[in-house]
Amino acid sequence: MNTITLNLITGRTIQQGVSMESGKEKPDYMKACGIIELDPSDIKKLGIWKNTNVRVTSEYGSIIVKAIEATQGPHPGIGWIPMGPWANMVVDINTYSTGMPTFKGTKVTVEPAENETVLDSLSVVLKACGQ
Amino acid sequence: MSKLVTDVICPFCGTLCDDLEVEVSDDGKQILEVRNACAIGATKFLHSQASDRIIRPRMKQDDGTWKDVSYAEAAKYAAKILCEAKKPLMYGWSSTSCEAQATGHMIAEQVGGIVDNTATVCHGPSLIAVHDVGIPSCTLGEVKNRADRIVFWGCNPAHAHPRHMSRYSIFPRGYFTGKGSKSRKIIVVDPRPTDTASLADYHVQVEQGRDYELLNAIRVAFKNGPLPDVVAGVPKEKIYEVSRVLKSGRFVVIFFGMGVTHSLGKNHNIDEAIAVTSDLNAYTKASIIPMRGHYNVTGSGQVLGWQFGFPFCVDLSRGFARYNPGETSSNDLLLRNEVDACFVLGSDPGSHFPNKSVQEIYKLPSVCIDPHMTPTAAVSKCHVPVAFVGVEVGGSCYRMDNVPIESRKVVDPPAGMLTDDEFLKLVLAEVMTIKGAA
Repeated sequence: MNTITLNLITGRTIQQGVSMESGKEKPDYMKACGIIELDPSDIKKLGIWKNTNVRVTSEYGSIIVKAIEATQGPHPGIGWIPMGPWANMVVDINTYSTGMPTFKGTKVTVEPAENETVLDSLSVVLKACGQ
Repeated sequence: MSKLVTDVICPFCGTLCDDLEVEVSDDGKQILEVRNACAIGATKFLHSQASDRIIRPRMKQDDGTWKDVSYAEAAKYAAKILCEAKKPLMYGWSSTSCEAQATGHMIAEQVGGIVDNTATVCHGPSLIAVHDVGIPSCTLGEVKNRADRIVFWGCNPAHAHPRHMSRYSIFPRGYFTGKGSKSRKIIVVDPRPTDTASLADYHVQVEQGRDYELLNAIRVAFKNGPLPDVVAGVPKEKIYEVSRVLKSGRFVVIFFGMGVTHSLGKNHNIDEAIAVTSDLNAYTKASIIPMRGHYNVTGSGQVLGWQFGFPFCVDLSRGFARYNPGETSSNDLLLRNEVDACFVLGSDPGSHFPNKSVQEIYKLPSVCIDPHMTPTAAVSKCHVPVAFVGVEVGGSCYRMDNVPIESRKVVDPPAGMLTDDEFLKLVLAEVMTIKGAA
């Protein structure tokens, strides 16, 4: 059980698109986006089984997601969380005067969190807002 | 008996497919089947039929529960918070028609609001780059019929624009591209070997965030200049080879996406991608097209452009239009606590803005106009469900190549449900009353 440091990128996946259009409050959206895709070598470094929950932390926040094996890999050193409330808990908020937060290229640490649960989209956002 | 509605426009992504067929029940109230659409587009049509759909506006109570209100009451609340605010943010506009956008802008002019669309977290840097260096572009029809070199730079249409490749860029047989995918060379530049990369002749696995260096190296390679052994994680031999392939084409089209706009460098990455395109025009014909996300984000830029002169981040709070991304952009305003009301239509910043910005929206008086229950609705004080544009009401939309297409109504919305344009007109009337202009 170790902690690893990765370069996090976010973006669309077809599962993210389909589940988003089926209702962001539904469990399918959480299954599609409350994940982090990791290279098999990074899963090995973490010392976890795939499909277990991990805590992803950056300078900007922290979130529990499920670690799955990269579907579009290999990409050692890169973590992928589909765009959505989970990714947006940890992305780099700096816009550098362009208006655009730095959604790709956030330095994050990933550590095992087997006993934590992944929250649904509404709970992630409302909890962060203090409700 | 069911009816078949043909030539339906898909209101999901900027590809704006115009060949969908939707089977509807005889009374025109229910969608039975959607043909020709991608998985996401079909889901969008079918989800409008969900039995648990919210059909009445709701206000959040002090205990966090929702109370149904009428559209008139919701419009009154929206008008009140907009008029009372010194600097209201009116964000979204990308999942609605140009007609509704124009009505929204009339409200913004009255209340001195800031109008920003989803380009602010999507192709905003591309728009800034276009101001800087211009853009040599073309339509998707020209791509289909003429392009024999296609570059996907930092975009993954297999996931984000699923029918783009079959309709325009990789597979279709066009007038001068009669052999379909065999008449084209495909180059994908992405730090991951994506599903789009699996269809490519060349996958250039650039180091994440090093797009500028690689684009610059390609410009050097065009002129056969010297390169270091490795640039941005890519061996120089590959860079020379890719630049030869590009120069040897009859018509090169570069499609680019969030890989360049979201990474550091931002608008400067796109400056350089456009420079690659204009350099290529010394050898052959080349164009560049941003892969726009929402089906009508391009339309929002167009309408804002012809009304105020700027495509996003338009600040009307001083009584005239100002534009300064970084200052008048949604995330910067929210993170600096500069707005005092939030009005969201046709977008979901609750999901797609960094959470720190969402926390600011949660603290503000706010209205969310969206057919779905979304994280934005959850953090807003008032949620107004409306009819789906492109499914339950028509309206003008702009495709990613700036071609306007009229979307079509397929079924009736639930009884008593307003369209976003109708609701915006109610808000506008209330605003005019408060301002004493009616």
